[in-house]
Amino acid sequence: MSTVQNFEIYVPKLLDRREFFSAGHRACQGCGEVLALRLILKALGDDIVVSNATGCMEIISSAYPQTAWEVPYIHVAFENAGAVASGVEAGLKALRRKGRIPDRYVKSVAIAGDGGTVDIGLQALSGAMERGHDMIFFCLDNEAYMNTGIQRSSATPFMAATTTSPAGKAIKGQRTGKKNVAEIMVAHNVPYVATACPSYPIDLVNKVKKAKAVKGPAYIHVFSMCPTGWRSASEETIKLGRLAVETGVFPLYEVENGKYRMTMEIPKKLRPVGDYLKLQGRFRHLNDEDIERVQALVNKEWRKLMNKVATSKPW
Amino acid sequence: MGKRVGMEVAIAASEAVALCNIDVAAVYPITPQSHMAEHLADIIHDGRIDAEFITVESEHSSISACAGASATGARVYTATSSQGLMLMHEILPIVSAMRLPIVMGNANRAVSGPLNIWNDHTDIMPQRDSGWICMFAENGQEVVDMTIQSFKIAEHPDVMLPVVLNIDGFQLTHMIEPIEFPTQREVNKFLPPRKPFASLHPDHPISMGCFNMPDIFMETMKAKDTALRNSKKTIINIWKEWGRQFGRIYRPVETYKTKGADTLILTVGSMGETASIAVDEMRKKGVAVGLVKLRLWRPFPLDELHDAIKGCKTLIVMDRAVSFGGAGGPVATEIKSLIYHDKGRPRIVNFIMGLGGRDVTVNDFIAMVERAKKKKDETYEYYGVRE
Amino acid sequence: MKKKKAASKAWPEKWHEVNPGCMVFIPGNASTYHTGSWRAQRPEWDNKKCIKCGLCYVFCPEGCITEDAEGFFKANLDYCKGCGICAHECWPGAIKMLEEVE
Repeated sequence: MSTVQNFEIYVPKLLDRREFFSAGHRACQGCGEVLALRLILKALGDDIVVSNATGCMEIISSAYPQTAWEVPYIHVAFENAGAVASGVEAGLKALRRKGRIPDRYVKSVAIAGDGGTVDIGLQALSGAMERGHDMIFFCLDNEAYMNTGIQRSSATPFMAATTTSPAGKAIKGQRTGKKNVAEIMVAHNVPYVATACPSYPIDLVNKVKKAKAVKGPAYIHVFSMCPTGWRSASEETIKLGRLAVETGVFPLYEVENGKYRMTMEIPKKLRPVGDYLKLQGRFRHLNDEDIERVQALVNKEWRKLMNKVATSKPW
Repeated sequence: MGKRVGMEVAIAASEAVALCNIDVAAVYPITPQSHMAEHLADIIHDGRIDAEFITVESEHSSISACAGASATGARVYTATSSQGLMLMHEILPIVSAMRLPIVMGNANRAVSGPLNIWNDHTDIMPQRDSGWICMFAENGQEVVDMTIQSFKIAEHPDVMLPVVLNIDGFQLTHMIEPIEFPTQREVNKFLPPRKPFASLHPDHPISMGCFNMPDIFMETMKAKDTALRNSKKTIINIWKEWGRQFGRIYRPVETYKTKGADTLILTVGSMGETASIAVDEMRKKGVAVGLVKLRLWRPFPLDELHDAIKGCKTLIVMDRAVSFGGAGGPVATEIKSLIYHDKGRPRIVNFIMGLGGRDVTVNDFIAMVERAKKKKDETYEYYGVRE
Repeated sequence: MKKKKAASKAWPEKWHEVNPGCMVFIPGNASTYHTGSWRAQRPEWDNKKCIKCGLCYVFCPEGCITEDAEGFFKANLDYCKGCGICAHECWPGAIKMLEEVE
């Protein structure tokens, strides 16, 4: 990526110009998650069936009698995107084999928020990946249960303020760090696991295409900037995504058959995490000591990742 | 007609499913359903039918996977019991609202707590508001016949609703019974491949499971209720068609020796067979008692019940479930409220019996008829509890 | 059971008009709802500064920015929510956000 000069200029030429998610959806102004979704769908094309968990993307897109989805879409409940997508995959497989639907490859795609992936949806995700269904699971991670009013999830970062992990006098925000679901996926022997961010659209699109090419399970964890929940300026959404990557808060990497590879320039020194935190109201209560604690956690997770990049080999 | 074979009913249920040429089964094992799951796995792993068998990690995922598969237009089956059915509870009303024709076998078992793996109806009764078509089988032959019928009913364009067939756990699932299996050819004639009303495929992209704001939700609910109520017509027609093709008649309400009976016992499920022997014995002694058996529970067959209990003075309703702190057994409560306004309605006596696998014998039925004579009010009471 | 055309039903629908399962048969019909009424500011392009990189098109969460025949860009004001991402990301500063005064 870094060898091509001014690569971003070529970006729009490489993207499918079709829109698979219509405007008129009710996402917040500056929503990074719906942007991620828009780009993911461009990368996937129309030969897919989407199984969506209850969450922001479901609510903003499918209020009867309207739908923003231009691809086949099903929503059942909050915690079962993995299971519904498994059923879709099995149904399409059986029907195609028996000649009851056209003989064309259609990919089953599960899309869930961080709630429907790392918390209530974890069991269904684990089962689906263990069974090896030919499907992609996208976690669109805005780091809290945003749709229901910004309640914490186990993807909420350390010390972030949410309504169920508020910055109070006794306890200042989220007490634990972010659950690393990508690692859990690697432990499930998922052949392709990646992290992505819509601030890096070509990287995102490339990863989606790689996931689509896997004849088996694939998992992509997508950082989804949320101005509403993070209390940030709507126009700074893309900037926040870049800062998250540059500070090491959300590193961009992929794991192919167990081999870890960074898909971003590995900086000599990570940008200080304060640059990222200070643009968000959910971290407003952090003093300098708190920021150091956050930095320590970021550094530790970064070192863990660097170790894996250095030592991992393909299975 | 096929020849009669002796087979464990749970195994026979899976053989019936195999005859229906399903596309996907997502099943999680639970006692006493496990033989159904295991035998279906055998059938599919041996390649006897061409279907995907999803070994899901919980019942919540099994019904969810069935929803996904059914939405693609596949013919889908699952089976469960008790705790598994309770775990599915969240998804059941969603599947019926989405008009997905899933067929489910439920091996009736008591619901915890405390843990009890034996037979009663406390697992299916909490699901009565879920919008599913709900039926009970009495013996092995009915299990096979009704399993096949369930697919045709569920997928019928005037129905498009999921169906749950209740099979008493252990009492029926683990019994070896003589069963006449239809041939594959006969089943193919009765049950053609599924033609879905709508399905998920890029050739015709649609959105399923869209949510409702308050301005439309009540209309959606009335539409769902009406669809379930209207399905009774089609269910009866399909049973008539079965009768014409196979010679075995199925009705929403079955009656046994009700002519001239001023006292009727009403049962649901396999206990009907035991009750019928009790009726024979009492009739021999000159007691004017008969038996009404509820085969269809949802949609509730009120007209057929009226016909069955015409002229009856005392209706003894057997419930293998109870609503704690409420009006008693679900079946009796439902019937009481439905016939509340009827002139000359029978006195209802409601026994809570047979919970958690407690055996109910011919003599128990006779004793309950005796007790009903003495009972003055219409409150519910437990039968067979040590005081 | 027939699939009813949305055009023949007035909103709000009567109970027997609701599509079975609340399925929606017209993909993307959310576009009949014009989210443009949400915005407090709107983007304006200075084509003299525009280098036609298309990043505004890429980063618009609404997907409402389109390229014209000459390769310049503009937002569909029926949908633009005025988030300001396009103006913020524009390298040469060719996009300015203007206050909506009505």
